[in-house]
Amino acid sequence: MDLFHTIIALLESTIRVSVPLIFAALAGLFTERAGVFDIGLEGKMLGAAFAAGAVAAVSGSVIIGLLCAILISVLLALVHGYASITQRGSQIVSGVAINFVVAGSTVILGEAWFRQGGRTPALAGDARFQTITFPFADAVKDVPILGPIYSNLLSGHFALTYLAFAMVPISWWILYRTRFGLRLRAVGENPGAVDTAGISVIWLRYRAVICAGILCGFAGAYLSLAMNAGFVKGMTAGKGYIALAALIFAKWRPFNIMLACLLFGFLDALAIRLQGNPLPLIGQVPVQLMQALPYILTVVLLAGFIGKAIPPKAGGIPYVKER
Amino acid sequence: MSNPYAKLPAWAEYGLIPLINLVVAFLVAGLVVLLVGENPLKAAYHMINGAFGRGEYIGFTLYYATTFIFTGLSVAVAFHAGLFNIGSEGQAYIGGIGVALACLWLDKTMPWFIVFPVAIIGSAAFGALWAFLPGWLQAKRGSHIVITTIMFNFIASSIMVYLLTKVMKPLGSMATQTRTFEAGGQLPKLDWLLGIFGLNVGNAPFNVSFLLALFAAFAVWVLIWRTRFGFEMRTMGHSPSAARYAGISETRITIIVMMISGGLAGLMALNPIMGEQFRMQLDFVQGAGFVGIAVALMGRSHPAGIIPAAILFGMLYQGGAEIAFEMPSISRDMIVIIQGLVILFAGALENMFRPAIGRAFAAIGSRSSAAAQTRGA
Repeated sequence: MDLFHTIIALLESTIRVSVPLIFAALAGLFTERAGVFDIGLEGKMLGAAFAAGAVAAVSGSVIIGLLCAILISVLLALVHGYASITQRGSQIVSGVAINFVVAGSTVILGEAWFRQGGRTPALAGDARFQTITFPFADAVKDVPILGPIYSNLLSGHFALTYLAFAMVPISWWILYRTRFGLRLRAVGENPGAVDTAGISVIWLRYRAVICAGILCGFAGAYLSLAMNAGFVKGMTAGKGYIALAALIFAKWRPFNIMLACLLFGFLDALAIRLQGNPLPLIGQVPVQLMQALPYILTVVLLAGFIGKAIPPKAGGIPYVKER
Repeated sequence: MSNPYAKLPAWAEYGLIPLINLVVAFLVAGLVVLLVGENPLKAAYHMINGAFGRGEYIGFTLYYATTFIFTGLSVAVAFHAGLFNIGSEGQAYIGGIGVALACLWLDKTMPWFIVFPVAIIGSAAFGALWAFLPGWLQAKRGSHIVITTIMFNFIASSIMVYLLTKVMKPLGSMATQTRTFEAGGQLPKLDWLLGIFGLNVGNAPFNVSFLLALFAAFAVWVLIWRTRFGFEMRTMGHSPSAARYAGISETRITIIVMMISGGLAGLMALNPIMGEQFRMQLDFVQGAGFVGIAVALMGRSHPAGIIPAAILFGMLYQGGAEIAFEMPSISRDMIVIIQGLVILFAGALENMFRPAIGRAFAAIGSRSSAAAQTRGA
């Protein structure tokens, strides 16, 4: 029974750490499927987390914080769009630039405005997301097996957590069942054909980039308004890159993305759990190995040793109309 | 890909456009300073004074510049072959193992001029090894070099944390670093070089690896513009299909270029480890690999551009410390913003002002030719 509770606790923290990964990886899905590589997921998420933390602290309203997070993230996405779609600059260079600008300015502005060493003030009450408890969660807690699953694993998360998991089928539906989604995927494979059909490649790619901005806004707001009570400098800590890895690991497909994010989240939760606790049979596993595992797995996948990850064909190439 | 922009004279292409991009990047950075409620002009004054005001400051500026020349060259070499190596950071980090091993092995018995060449070979070899895998994966398995090098940065960081906490740390010590090297593992300062100009280097760790950086810059120039291999890699960078048609092996070029790039990044480790700290510490690279991207973009991937760009970033690092001291609300993170803006304007948005400048040149050109015609008639 003790093992069972450990597993439940492990899965619960898996869900908690997977949420920002799911949002960010889905964001990457939208842009990369439209042929725009996005290294800037990390920066957009960090910028959104800062905006959410700062605005929620000042206004005392979690909703305004969330909206500002989305706004900032979309603005950053538009900078990326302007550089890589309109100006036809290198998409990778632009993403790297956004990551640096955000990493620096969140610290500078946070320190100038709040003077708490790059943090925003701790949030409480209405300025922070509250967990949602399902009906009868307390009552069924003691029912064996199903009780803890219902009350700990399914109930008691933030609204954004449920939204993240809901976004997986929604993204699938948008990408695979709507006209917009069909065109978006087409523009990532063969923009010339889309252009010939009289559809604006530029405008489609801009819309894809904006979708990514909105999703990264949710990811950032989750970090500073739900998972933590406020913004801490550098709080994304490479999650944007893990999301990128998950996106590739999932071969650019929505449901695989959810599974990949849960897997990487599980590794993260396990690494924290295993710190100082030797595993039976294997013995002490270095924490660093667990932390590096998502990246190693992605490299192995990219090398074609487990299946083959084939990126969208027109990814990374700015579209130039034939003249 | 066809170039949709008008051709500009060389001085505009290599001087004016980078300068305009740089100025815009600094103007935007100035806006951030305004937003924080400080005077940008005062910040600029403190920066320049902090970077060049005294011999010691110049020593620090050049010390940082040394690091950035190595990483800038590393990124630039890969650029020429059409490869984007974001992994200089990780390659420099792993390169540190080579330096540390050489020093830990020989520092007690050998003088520095014996240890130094061994450390050079070690750092370059480890850096090249760390770049070999992404290169091989790109060439043979078709995995995207940008993604693999990002992943390798994280893997490198995990490996180094493991090595420094479990393997290379002296017994009983709490700090995550190797033992301090003896005299053999310490590079001499270049105080005489600044002494020629009547400057006193003071405490600045400006050391011999600066000369190695200058030599590396020259060697890279020879490699890219004066060798057959350099021609092949530039051909591949311009047009992979033309390279294939000419019988140039993409696999060979990709792997060798990545190893050269990784080796140059690895050399960077000499400067902080043997030149300043005299030990290998956790996170000694401190983002220099990423600064290399900005330096390479600003220097247009040419050694003659990379050296001034590296000195500019050395100035930002050293002068930035001075600003942080004089203006408490502007911490050293300001440098990260400027770095990002330089990458944005000199890299991703490099063509933003090109149409306008092209039009201006066309207008001037047509006016002077019209004038010539009237004179002729």
